[in-house]
Amino acid sequence: MAAAVVPKFVGTRVKRREDPRLISGNGTYVDDVKLPGMLSMVILRSPYGHAKINSINVEAARKIPGVVAVVTGEDLKGKLGSLTTAAPAEHIPYHPPLAQGRVRFVGEAVVAAIATDPYKAQDALDAVEIDYDPLPVISDPEKALEDGAPIIHEEFKTNISTRAQVASGDIDGAMRSADRVIKFRLVNQRLAPVPMEPRGAVAQWNQGSGQLTLWSSTQGPHLLRSYLAEILKLPENRMRVIAPEVGGGFGAKLNVYAEEVLAGYLAMTLKHPIKWVERRRENLATNTHGRDQIVYVEAPVKNDGTLLGLKAKFICDAGAYLQLLTPLIPGFSGMMMTGCYKVPAMAFEQLVVFTNKMAPDAYRGAGRPEACYIAERTMDMVALELNLDPAEVRRKNFIPKEAFPAQIPSGLVYDSGDYAAALDKALKIIDYPKLRAEQAEARKQGRYIGIGLCSYVEICGIGPSAMLPPTMKGGGWESATIRMEPDCKVTVLTGVSPHGQGQETSFAQMIADEFGIGIDDVTVLHGDTAIVQYGTGTFGSRGTSVGGAALMMATQKLQAKMKKIASTMMETPPDQIVFHQGTMALASDLSKSIPMQKVVDAAYGYKVPIPGVEPGLNESAFYEPTACTFPFGTHACVVEVDPDTGVVKFLRYVAVDDCGRVINPLLVEGQVHGGIAQGIAQALYEEVIYDENGQLLTATLMDYAVPKAEMLPHYELDSTVTPSPVNPLGIKGVGEAGTIGSTPCVVNAVHDALKPFGIKNLDMPLKPERIWRAIKSARKA
Amino acid sequence: MRVTMTINGQQRSDEVEDRMLLVHYLREVAQLTGTHVGCETSLCGACTVLMNGKAVKSCTVLAAQADGAQITTVEGLAKDGELHPVQEGFWEEHGLQCGFCTPGMLMLATDLLSRNPDPSEADIRHALDGNLCRCTGYQHIINAVQYAARKMRGDARKSA
Ligand code: FES
Ligand code: FES
Repeated sequence: MAAAVVPKFVGTRVKRREDPRLISGNGTYVDDVKLPGMLSMVILRSPYGHAKINSINVEAARKIPGVVAVVTGEDLKGKLGSLTTAAPAEHIPYHPPLAQGRVRFVGEAVVAAIATDPYKAQDALDAVEIDYDPLPVISDPEKALEDGAPIIHEEFKTNISTRAQVASGDIDGAMRSADRVIKFRLVNQRLAPVPMEPRGAVAQWNQGSGQLTLWSSTQGPHLLRSYLAEILKLPENRMRVIAPEVGGGFGAKLNVYAEEVLAGYLAMTLKHPIKWVERRRENLATNTHGRDQIVYVEAPVKNDGTLLGLKAKFICDAGAYLQLLTPLIPGFSGMMMTGCYKVPAMAFEQLVVFTNKMAPDAYRGAGRPEACYIAERTMDMVALELNLDPAEVRRKNFIPKEAFPAQIPSGLVYDSGDYAAALDKALKIIDYPKLRAEQAEARKQGRYIGIGLCSYVEICGIGPSAMLPPTMKGGGWESATIRMEPDCKVTVLTGVSPHGQGQETSFAQMIADEFGIGIDDVTVLHGDTAIVQYGTGTFGSRGTSVGGAALMMATQKLQAKMKKIASTMMETPPDQIVFHQGTMALASDLSKSIPMQKVVDAAYGYKVPIPGVEPGLNESAFYEPTACTFPFGTHACVVEVDPDTGVVKFLRYVAVDDCGRVINPLLVEGQVHGGIAQGIAQALYEEVIYDENGQLLTATLMDYAVPKAEMLPHYELDSTVTPSPVNPLGIKGVGEAGTIGSTPCVVNAVHDALKPFGIKNLDMPLKPERIWRAIKSARKA
Repeated sequence: MRVTMTINGQQRSDEVEDRMLLVHYLREVAQLTGTHVGCETSLCGACTVLMNGKAVKSCTVLAAQADGAQITTVEGLAKDGELHPVQEGFWEEHGLQCGFCTPGMLMLATDLLSRNPDPSEADIRHALDGNLCRCTGYQHIINAVQYAARKMRGDARKSA
């Protein structure tokens, strides 16, 4: 076949096609959906971490004018299924959408009020009387494991939801033959995803067609439909889920929540459209949280810094009930904890433990930031204990470039990589030797500069589907439909559900190049189960890699069909025809061509039957990944710690990322920037705090420190490009890389700055007070 | 009570409850849903609009307090089908991802540029103090504001 026509759009910084509507106020988010006769739902939530509900009196509330219904858990008994988890666990609690008899975390939904407007619904809730008996609370997962600890779900007689044990290689032998075993405890604190758009749902029941439509700020409309249909006991073909404009998700909107069930059920029973829009306080309390793992690490090493093995014991907080992926996430942390390094032996044990808190689940990175934190803090701990250079320790232990595809001890196979190249590039950009000299000089003057490194690898585009739990609906695959419309314009229906990632643009770039047409000739539709074929959704950095591969498959089918048609018209074998600037042309002589419109007319007009070719131009494909992709890179940063205040100031932040082939560098930069911001937020600022009574102390944006512009550095980005051999497009994925690489990078930098004080291991977030206290006690000692 | 105000150049007058917030008035009564609600507690900036030319958080202003005011929302930025330079800047420089913070950011940027036609990166970061973005990490927003500044000063060039 002749050489492909040179791509015009793929690989270039095309500005987004999503933007015109969003910069002019024309986007429609859930809260902008308005339907005639729409009622408002407001939820009354538990003020207790753990309590018995003796009674709920809603009589007065029901009498308030404008109030249509006030519903409790008792009212719903037997009518709805349980909220569920997709992952297997030994103990899966019953999780009703409204509490029945007991509440187990602050924010748990207890009563729903429906009224003609949200104020009246709130008035109704103010009139509800609930008699609670507080019960002992567990907010610390380690305490939940102690003998005699109160049991959160009595039927299980334990607070352990599930456990896992994985070992590979001779870890005991590694411990015996090591010169040193370095042991430390790491805490990946609990975080709140905080998309700027709170969650929301609008449900509309069509009595005539028996059809429920639900607008939800979700990252996966099809998965949501499948789970909701089961809970609502409705056939899936009578349920439509629409993800309109979604204002960020970060994993928190990849779930099935009580409010979606309630809005759907009440719309069906009250026969009125119902809208529920979350308040920020609810968002912080009842959206799935992220991280919350305590890890005891043991690293056997030789004196030259060679890592002989890695052992970890995880205690993972599950909250009070399991959300969709709660028990699944820690698995990624364990499986990926050996990072970029060749480690002959590894072993980990995980306990997933109930507490009186909201359930953690996927949050940008979902298990891999924790894994990377283990690997990269280990590298710096090894360097510190053995007085070696952290860059050298990394280089010594890297899986070498020649070793790919490389199977790591957990059994995962890394597709491709060149870890040293990314490290070298980052070191060169920050001028590492010079920087070390400057650091030494600064220390003499009483200035505490720290250099942080993080060489990360992560796992994206999870597939084949068999890697996912058999209990999970959907799979690791993705779908696409492509239609060449009668006027030669292309419509793409993608199963992914972008909410900021920009696939309306990147997919249009791909299609425009494939057909030699303009970007504006392509429309990408998504997020509506009545329009788009079943898809898996947007999470795990899979949108462009897996969704894009599905689109390419569908495109190839369509192109093959069009070439077949063209071949009858051009009297040329199909494999000698290419798409070129709106024509179908002879590959060897592009001037010999027919307008694409003629081929399209032939397919739709079909007045001249084409033997062996059906009319129409519409093809679908489901792409099942054969393997996962493993993006990687090195982040390097320079910070200065003020010893008198504990404040951390950024001097530089450099990221060298390798996400394989890039469709749109502008979008990739955006993903990396946003990811870095969230990773830095974990390192320095954010933490969800429950006190010992299970009270949430971080329930507003005043108390939960989402970083502002001044709290973040200027990012300097660079890249290496190592295409993935397992992805048809060579793409690895980039949605989470920034988050994964940045947290350990910053934590390592701060510890490097604090080295003269002998401070080795502070827990995140590294707030000024924590640093200041550590310096103070170090100075005393 | 009755309030009268000029929104994006058009005067309107409505009967509202005393407790109604300006943001709800704009979204529910005037049907201008481009202005978003991200927190209702003056902490996120998603609801930022211009009131008599100054950026205010419309979740902390009562509709009654805006009686007689000139209000500009995101819907009023473009003129005669031409994007405002800040809109253009956000588009050119990928200053938005999910777009939820964007209307507030645009209004804040408009206010900033009216006071400081050539803001430095530090100036912009400082000005963004009350506006949160969870998607972009802010850097492209800063580029976007600087693009708009150049354009408004009459020397728009593609940024490096
Ligand atoms: S909604 Fe007004 S500042 Fe957040
Ligand atoms: S673009 Fe999503 S919050 Fe700013």
